Amino acid sequence: MKPQTNSILKTLPGPEDITRTVLPNGITILTRPNFNSPSVVITGYLRSGSLFDSDEKLGLAHYTSLSLMRGTRRRNFQQIYDALESIGASLGFGSGVHTTGFSGRALSEDLPVLLELLREALQEPIFPDEQIERLRAQLLTGLAIRAQDTGDMASLAFDELVFVGHPYARPEDGFPETIQAISRQDIQDFHQRVYGPRGMVIVVVGAVAPAAVVEAVSAVLGSWQNPAQPDPPPLPPAQSITENAIRRIIIPGKTQSDLVMGSLGPNRRSPDYMPASLGNNILGQFGMMGRIGDVVRERSGLAYYAYTSLNAGIGPGSWEVSAGISPANLEKTIELVRAEIARFVQEPVSAEELSDSQANYIGRLPLSLESNNGMAGALLNLERYELGLDYYRRYPDLVRAVNPEAILGVAQSYLNPERLVIAVAGPDGAV
Amino acid sequence: MNHTLTKTRLSNGLAVMLKEIHTAPIISSWVWYRVGSRDETPGITGISHWVEHMQFKGTTQFPSAVLDKAISREGGEWNAFTYLDWTTYYEKMPADKIDLALQLESDRMVHSLFEPEEVDSERTVIISEREGSENEPLFILGEAVQSAAFHVHPYHHEIIGDKSDLRSMQRDDLFRHYRTYYSPNNAVAAVAGDFDTSAMLARLEELFGLLPAGDPPPHPAQPEPPLGGEQHLTVEGPGETTFLQLAYRAPAAADPDFFPFTVVDSLLTGPTGLNMFGGGGISNKTSRLYRALVEKELAVSVNGGLQATIDPFLYDITMTVRPDKTPAAILSAVDVEIQRLQDGLVPLEEIARAIKQARALFAYGSENITNQAFWLGYAEMFADYDWFVNYVDRLAVVTPEDVQRIAQYYLQPANRVVGTFIPTRNGGSAS
Repeated sequence: MKPQTNSILKTLPGPEDITRTVLPNGITILTRPNFNSPSVVITGYLRSGSLFDSDEKLGLAHYTSLSLMRGTRRRNFQQIYDALESIGASLGFGSGVHTTGFSGRALSEDLPVLLELLREALQEPIFPDEQIERLRAQLLTGLAIRAQDTGDMASLAFDELVFVGHPYARPEDGFPETIQAISRQDIQDFHQRVYGPRGMVIVVVGAVAPAAVVEAVSAVLGSWQNPAQPDPPPLPPAQSITENAIRRIIIPGKTQSDLVMGSLGPNRRSPDYMPASLGNNILGQFGMMGRIGDVVRERSGLAYYAYTSLNAGIGPGSWEVSAGISPANLEKTIELVRAEIARFVQEPVSAEELSDSQANYIGRLPLSLESNNGMAGALLNLERYELGLDYYRRYPDLVRAVNPEAILGVAQSYLNPERLVIAVAGPDGAV
Repeated sequence: MNHTLTKTRLSNGLAVMLKEIHTAPIISSWVWYRVGSRDETPGITGISHWVEHMQFKGTTQFPSAVLDKAISREGGEWNAFTYLDWTTYYEKMPADKIDLALQLESDRMVHSLFEPEEVDSERTVIISEREGSENEPLFILGEAVQSAAFHVHPYHHEIIGDKSDLRSMQRDDLFRHYRTYYSPNNAVAAVAGDFDTSAMLARLEELFGLLPAGDPPPHPAQPEPPLGGEQHLTVEGPGETTFLQLAYRAPAAADPDFFPFTVVDSLLTGPTGLNMFGGGGISNKTSRLYRALVEKELAVSVNGGLQATIDPFLYDITMTVRPDKTPAAILSAVDVEIQRLQDGLVPLEEIARAIKQARALFAYGSENITNQAFWLGYAEMFADYDWFVNYVDRLAVVTPEDVQRIAQYYLQPANRVVGTFIPTRNGGSAS
């Protein structure tokens, strides 16, 4: 072992350099200093995601989160953004299924400005009519662009099929008719009812001492209360996939088709996660997009991109292959992918493939934590998935503990080449 | 932070830029070549980008399959980019593994094989890459606008090249381009991170010092005459959304006018972050055009950008048109704002604000080693590293008179192309 290995381990976040504090109102603060650059990043979430949305008003959680900075009791829209932009800072919100996320950055001297704007947006938004309508027009245009985007539409169709009957089947940004159905009052009610400090997490990474971070966050958010804040609705299990399902979306005039195919996957906290993740790396990421990239791009020249992804979160996950291809090559690509999946569930990965991917995972970890943003995201994941503050120190051992049989086991649990969900969006063309 | 910076040149002409940064056990290494779409003539458009792809197809020492895995196995990241003026290759590695990247770059500077079957397979990959872009309305519009803005200069064509050329180019064309432009005297090696400068320099001397210098490569680009009048064009394609793009002929990066133009860009459409590798952006909601177009409900969004290039390129402003508004109405509103800049002096505070934004973007960019290494070579491609070092100081001396002069000189209708993307399936609204 070269001496550098120790110094790499020391750069990984751990219990003695992460400060974690829970305020009496339920807000968790995580912070780790970095004085190498005079800047600071904040990120975090609240439990106000689209799980609360009805089907008729799908997109309400997302719409609400985007409305928070459109005007507060103290400042109008232009004043809010003037406060941010005049100091080169940024702050933004958005909602997923489980949570409303926020992130921002500033020069470290300006952290108080950022935190005060965060507080105002969370506690004192006034949702001006004119702003809500302007935002509605922007959201509808975004959905119109989405409807013409082959990648987005293939993903949307894939989620509808693979998560049929489950909240994950629904896009958190809604549909044109559901966005039209949402009133200003709905937004205000949603904010009043669902937003609150319980379960909120805020991560601060940058050139600010931990004690100062805790003090500053407590000062602005410590007195926030919402006694009636509801728990998120329970999440049902996903229905298993019993047969091949194919959906084609025709978008006339496009040149290329986007293909998304795959199956369900493990959640982030499942013991299946690490073997599935390493297996996924071998299947469609390592080097030039793994085995799938090799067969589809390198050997067949069928696509510029063809890769796999394992999407593992709070609830059931998905295991997906994505490729952008000429419509003429669609069937050929599907069969090549299916054959690779068949091989993946029939025979264990080689020892060399696994050790390559293990080395990749362990080696790249410090690289991904280099920037304040990368570090903040990593700390947020510790909290979101309850991984423990020592997770990144344990990580190399967790990676090394996976063997080829474990990967084969999870591959067989989640993937079946004869029961795949296939979604294609692109120009008309015979399959 | 003060870091040791070394700038030198090996006897074969290879420029070397080194910056020691000991904040993390990481090294980022880059090799830049002075070749891009600027050096292409009709018939071989896209050749620089295709050569970049071929650089991943192996040498005798590092066959493609080996090459592919070697970096990933060490936990490294690598990639390459082809731009108007340059092509660059980078690796980000744990500090104790960097030698592999240096060996690889030295080897493929001269020893890439360009096997005919690899060329054929890559042809379809690159056509697929282009067809993926053709799915995007903004690619179709941008390509048309760029080609209308230049008639003589190779900035006329997209970096990826014209499809007919991608179909017709042959292995020997590619190999000739490689041998012409890939030589130490046409390259910059830039390394930043956790190393000792004298040891790194000695290693670069060993690996690169004996590579033979090539003939000075040709740069055939001829100066573009003035546009000679406003050009209007429309392109049609599938979609529901209309886009408007204005492209003004802009100064080269080394031109003193570039700096006041940067302030003009910041005032009109918000600051353009020149960091390509981290740092994030700043929103533009208080910019003059956002207020005039989005706040006035003519457009859904507006963005603008100035590129740092060797020869004069374009300042583009791209707007998403609201379904109930016309491109003509937007164009009039843009012209009113430009007229304001031409007719009066902007307040000093507005310029000071643009400078604070630039300072913040620089601080964000200095968070990560990759971005710092990127600047070592990038700035050398169109000016020199001092351009980057002095950037904020040169912005700081911009006066209201400079801003007015830039607006009067460059932002004339006769100096612009006005392009409109008209959706062919235009329902008039998103619902």
